[in-house]
Amino acid sequence: MSNELAIHGQGETMVSHDAHHEHDLHHHKQSFITKYVFSQDHKTICKQFLITGIIWAMIGGLMSVIFRLQLGYPDSTFPWLEDILGKWAKGGKLTPEAYYALVTMHGTILVFFVLTGGLSGTFANFLIPLQIGARDMASPFLNMLSYWFFWLGSVVLLSSLFIETGPASGGWTIYPPLSALGDANLGSQAGMDFWIVGMALFVISSLLGGLNYITTILNMRTKGMSMTRLPLTIWALLFTAILGVLSFPVLLSGLILLMFDRHFGTSFFLSDIFITATQTALPNEGGSPILFQHLFWFLGHPEVYIIILPAMGLVSEVMAINARKPIFGYMAMVGSLFAITILAFLVWAHHMFVTGLNPFLGSVFVLLTLLIAVPSAIKVFNWLTTLWRGNLRFTPGMLFAIGFVSIFISGGLTGIFIGNSTLDIHLHDTYFMIAHFHLVMGVAAFFGMFCGVYHWFPKMFGRYMNNTMAYIHFWVTLAGAYLIFWPMHYEGLAGMPRRYMDYSGWSSFNKFAGLNQFITDVALIVFAVQLMFVFNFFYSIFKGRKVTTKNPWGANTLEWTTPIRPGHGNWVGEIPEVYRWAYDYGKDGKDFIPQTEPLGADEQHH
Amino acid sequence: MAQAVPAGQKWWSGGKSPFHVEYGKLMMWFFLMSDAFTFGALLISYGTIRMSSNAWPNPNEVFKTFPIIGEMPVPLAFVSLMTFILIMSSVTMVLAVGAGHNNDRKAVLKWLFWTIIGGLAFLSCQAWEWTHLHMEGAWWGRNPFMNIDGTQSSSNFTNFFFTITGFHGFHVFSGVIVNIIMFIMTWKGTFERKGHYLMIEKAGLYWHFVDLVWVFVFTCFYLL
Repeated sequence: MSNELAIHGQGETMVSHDAHHEHDLHHHKQSFITKYVFSQDHKTICKQFLITGIIWAMIGGLMSVIFRLQLGYPDSTFPWLEDILGKWAKGGKLTPEAYYALVTMHGTILVFFVLTGGLSGTFANFLIPLQIGARDMASPFLNMLSYWFFWLGSVVLLSSLFIETGPASGGWTIYPPLSALGDANLGSQAGMDFWIVGMALFVISSLLGGLNYITTILNMRTKGMSMTRLPLTIWALLFTAILGVLSFPVLLSGLILLMFDRHFGTSFFLSDIFITATQTALPNEGGSPILFQHLFWFLGHPEVYIIILPAMGLVSEVMAINARKPIFGYMAMVGSLFAITILAFLVWAHHMFVTGLNPFLGSVFVLLTLLIAVPSAIKVFNWLTTLWRGNLRFTPGMLFAIGFVSIFISGGLTGIFIGNSTLDIHLHDTYFMIAHFHLVMGVAAFFGMFCGVYHWFPKMFGRYMNNTMAYIHFWVTLAGAYLIFWPMHYEGLAGMPRRYMDYSGWSSFNKFAGLNQFITDVALIVFAVQLMFVFNFFYSIFKGRKVTTKNPWGANTLEWTTPIRPGHGNWVGEIPEVYRWAYDYGKDGKDFIPQTEPLGADEQHH
Repeated sequence: MAQAVPAGQKWWSGGKSPFHVEYGKLMMWFFLMSDAFTFGALLISYGTIRMSSNAWPNPNEVFKTFPIIGEMPVPLAFVSLMTFILIMSSVTMVLAVGAGHNNDRKAVLKWLFWTIIGGLAFLSCQAWEWTHLHMEGAWWGRNPFMNIDGTQSSSNFTNFFFTITGFHGFHVFSGVIVNIIMFIMTWKGTFERKGHYLMIEKAGLYWHFVDLVWVFVFTCFYLL
């Protein structure tokens, strides 16, 4: 299918280049419903993903604030908690069930609904057609369905917060037997079913989106846009989509089996269980809870790369633009993305070193896990060498890109510790682990996302975000991320386990009471600053400074050749042809040379 | 940055689909890869549990009946028939796709019709087999069959059998629905007006995939 056929009746939207006549772009008959709700325009779907992700991030972030209050101030009561949580916080003190539900939902929401749906949903939808030179996705209709399945999954998961027995509370990894037996745990009753259904809908959404991203990138590049001229964002999003398409179905299989264990008397993951609460021995035999862990982590590990690869792509692009230098080692960047994609499928059992895995098998997974340090280090060195002697422009997007590299290094190095099965015996399920993954995939991915939002906001909404608020947002978040997670390394090395709601009963850990309080205080400040970002985002959509030139950052890629507020179809008239790669910055004395500029007589092919 | 440019046609240079694959077909291939991982995960789970069990029922003993006739002197007669039906429906699908290449609407209709019949026949056989096993006392969580060594068997034999053949049957069912839609569209002349029968080809890919999966399911549950 050609690009021209991808959207219906294109041409009628192509009216004006001129910023002052931007409203003309939408003059053809489109109702509110088809334009903003059931839109098939990839740019609108991007905004739907982004705004849904922001709402989810606020909910998930608020949850962490609430359980952080418990951890920082275990002896205090907060009467306002009872106002919002009711019986889950009787007298202003969280119940253990509520604490577990909060950490479980915090993990689920942030990992899947914010940093997967919100991050790659937003930027794959926005950047793929714009940067490869396509009118829209290969199938705009499936793309729309992808969002609405995401929305439906979101509604199901959100409603689980309001049912009587509460949402799932067995940890975001939902290990059986806890997640399979309603008698074992309040949250393993209806809440767990909502979790499974919500996640199944999410998997469908991710599949529909992923298929679209892959086929669009492979099939619909404009003339001259060979694979090696693609911006690194697109390479990253391609590998992300491949990871998602191949790993989410395995989670789906696990969820199907879990559903049968929960409701149809099967024993896939259950064997020899006695429930103390009801004083009953269960008839299940022959199943294996370890099997579920294998199925879960076969998705779960690629999932962390599904989260971090788009962030890496966004950072690479924004960094080259704002260093006014070509990205260092383009092919090495692509190669390392590829290596990470392959290795992502071969390391899942390093999450299971202490579950009784055969130590010999563990040693194989140690080797494969540590191999990931190689492509990761290649990427880090390439970012640093891109910055080296660049003419750095410290835009908010650039600051977050640099911050990403800092956080990724800090969080990545501790990965080498816990990737060793012997060290992992001590560090597993401690705050060291919490610190590691929050830095390397939580905060780092958020930095990538912020970098992308600040950088492409002018393209999305035709306005800039407020810079002052952006700088405050950056510095407080960077300092806050380190102040929150750095101390957790010490707590974890001292053996402080995760998933406990109160440590004051252990003399080994109550020396950290002051530190925990400090972490909570910083978390409160950081959360407030994120709310400021959200305010900045929505305020700037309506009141931000207007963009007056097509290419405000002086970037080479195709999205900046579209009108300031592109209509459905992106380009007025012909789609531009591409003659060079995306990184001709500071070449031959020119500040930048867009991809659409033909090669000069003295230039060689890229 | 020097790129290796293949001699002759530059498939990857943009502005065209590499290998001239239409986007829908590419999507179908990636979907099938995804679905292969779903089935792969289920079958590997089955293998894991079976390998960690001390013993397992003998499929030759469990699957030995035939509708109306009752017990057969040869084992697996009925499932062989089911497999034959499904493979024949793949053959008729190939013929339907081939007729589509020749823009022969009548032949497409004929072969699609037989494919749909084959799919429905397979589903009916499966329904009979499930009903029969159910009447023998087998269901999710219940397993009346003894292990091959005469010891009591865990229910995971039936748990996996019903879950995985059910999941496969659901795929066959969706395939039949897709084929019926294709039949109606062909009948109404939609593809004739389009000038090509690519949709039949994509439906065919799915149908062959479902057949291929059955070969693995059949091997795992009936032969091993």
